[in-house]
Amino acid sequence: MKDLTFQTLIAVFEEIFGFWLFWGMVAAAVIVTLAYIYVLVRDRSLSMRKFFLAQLSMPFGAVAAVWFVMVMTHSHVSDIGGPVDVIVFLGVAVLGAIGCAILVYTLQSLMRGKGDTSSDL
Amino acid sequence: MSHLTQIPASRRAFLGLAAGGLALAAAGAPAQAAKVRTSARIVILGAGAAGTALANRLVERLEGASITLIDGRKQHLYQPGFTLIAAGLKPADYSVSETGGWLPKGASWIEEPAAEIDPEAKIVTTASGQKVAYDYLIVATGLTLDYDQIEGMSLDLVGREGIGSVYAGPDYAAKTWALMDRFTDEGGIGLFTRPATEMKCAGAPLKYTFLTDDYARRKGTRGKVEINYAAHGGSLFSVPIVNEKVRMLYEDRGFNTVYNHVMKAIDPGKKIATFATPEGDVEMPYDFTNVIPPMRAPDVVINSPLPWADRWVGQGWVEVDQYKLRHRRYPEVFAVGDIAGVPKGKTAASVKWQVPVVEEQLVAQIEGKDSDELYNGYTSCPLITRIGRAMLVEFDYNNNLTPSFPGVIAPLEELWISWLMKEVALKATYNAMLRGKA
Ligand SMILES: Cc1cc2nc3c(=O)[nH]c(=O)nc-3n(C[C@H](O)[C@H](O)[C@H](O)COP(=O)(O)OP(=O)(O)OC[C@H]3O[C@@H](n4cnc5c(N)ncnc54)[C@H](O)[C@@H]3O)c2cc1C
Repeated sequence: MKDLTFQTLIAVFEEIFGFWLFWGMVAAAVIVTLAYIYVLVRDRSLSMRKFFLAQLSMPFGAVAAVWFVMVMTHSHVSDIGGPVDVIVFLGVAVLGAIGCAILVYTLQSLMRGKGDTSSDL
Repeated sequence: MSHLTQIPASRRAFLGLAAGGLALAAAGAPAQAAKVRTSARIVILGAGAAGTALANRLVERLEGASITLIDGRKQHLYQPGFTLIAAGLKPADYSVSETGGWLPKGASWIEEPAAEIDPEAKIVTTASGQKVAYDYLIVATGLTLDYDQIEGMSLDLVGREGIGSVYAGPDYAAKTWALMDRFTDEGGIGLFTRPATEMKCAGAPLKYTFLTDDYARRKGTRGKVEINYAAHGGSLFSVPIVNEKVRMLYEDRGFNTVYNHVMKAIDPGKKIATFATPEGDVEMPYDFTNVIPPMRAPDVVINSPLPWADRWVGQGWVEVDQYKLRHRRYPEVFAVGDIAGVPKGKTAASVKWQVPVVEEQLVAQIEGKDSDELYNGYTSCPLITRIGRAMLVEFDYNNNLTPSFPGVIAPLEELWISWLMKEVALKATYNAMLRGKA
């Protein structure tokens, strides 16, 4: 490839998932991130109890992300053929795990409301 | 509230992150150079990969130029997708879009084929007889698949009698998949070939052989499937280091390879193909075959004064300087894409490298300057070795490997990431290229 610009990257992702799915996922990611920041700012702190539950969800997020990528690209875990493949694979899993943790944390905070932080340990 | 369980959230950290994101986005937009004013009439023959990409870039570079594309085809075909269609991984419409949808507003499009090129008078005549005068001509007609050179072969056979043809188009690729699917269920002899002419994407015949093998293995029928590969010359691939790797993989997969076999006739009734070899004609049977015909320049080019007289005789590729892509006898004529008479470079990936060279050379010529932008023969082919794995083979005129991601993506390793490049990133990069953005 001659040069990989930000525009090219966006085009690549639109192609992978289709226009609506991609921008839908971007919108979902933005909404969840904003909601996460909102609860952080509102509560002025990170609740360790919610964080713990969020951590428990991470393996599920990792597995879901890997499954999603494999299905979308007609691939199988056995296709991993070299170090760079392992890195990409782990990258997908880590992204899935972190995304899921943020989602679960945010959902808890939004559902339980503000006063809840006082019930921490 | 215990302090230990609370981590303060920093608003500033978040703002810093957002600013970083914006900086990244801004870095993607290259600085726009001032447009060059000219009243030049530029005619582009062919609105395929190369013609479209160049038109989109020229309207951004030039002010006042008249840019005209001539192409009778309403459908734009993303040809690298044919392999995926013929492997049952994508539907036939994956490769099809509207030509008009890709063309820039600042250019006009004559929707008919060119019939004659007169480089002395600098006039192109279309099929309906319309005469279009030019100051600069870009030949980007791609190539013609010459099925007639194989006796007994015709396109209406594709999809019947075990005859497939991935190259013929998206619908033919889909028909080829139906045959390959059945063949890998039932078993039999698979016969794979390539023509002796120059061809686009010389890796594609190899990929399809690997994919057929992979399906048979997945279905557990590999024991009933014999795979024969007839190479046109003494090697499987023109780049020696790649050839060695492919030879090893062919051995590993249990393919039977014969060399110096060029398909000259096919008998659909008997399911036998005839090959010209140094020892005379040889017949090979098949239950399934992927016919890849000889390739040559379209009639409009082959019948013009533009082709090489002494190289690739009968194939008609345009006589250009291999680095500048400018015609060696008519300096206001360029050739780009498959039609260019250069030793490598008949891939869409090469088009991506050639188009900016032609753009720079042409703009410099309009300005009365010289450009040192040169094409080094870059050619690339994600060589699929099974579903889920490929080798990202990239090379230049000197048969040197030119990896885009040295030390990260090894060119001669079968990797999942290289498969991802072909399966998901290639079409996106291609589309960005068509828009002049990559
Ligand atoms: C099965 C297959 C697999 C491939 N795989 C890959 C791959 O993995 N990677 C890769 O990089 N490349 C691949 N390619 C090659 C790639 O598709 C071509 O190299 C690329 O499309 C060349 O672009 P082009 O503009 O020269 O020709 P094209 O895209 O073919 O466009 C030529 C245009 O010229 C027009 N034309 C023809 N005659 C005339 C005329 N007389 N007047 C006016 N217009 C005319 C045609 O209608 C067409 O629109 C593959 C090709 C095939 C067939």
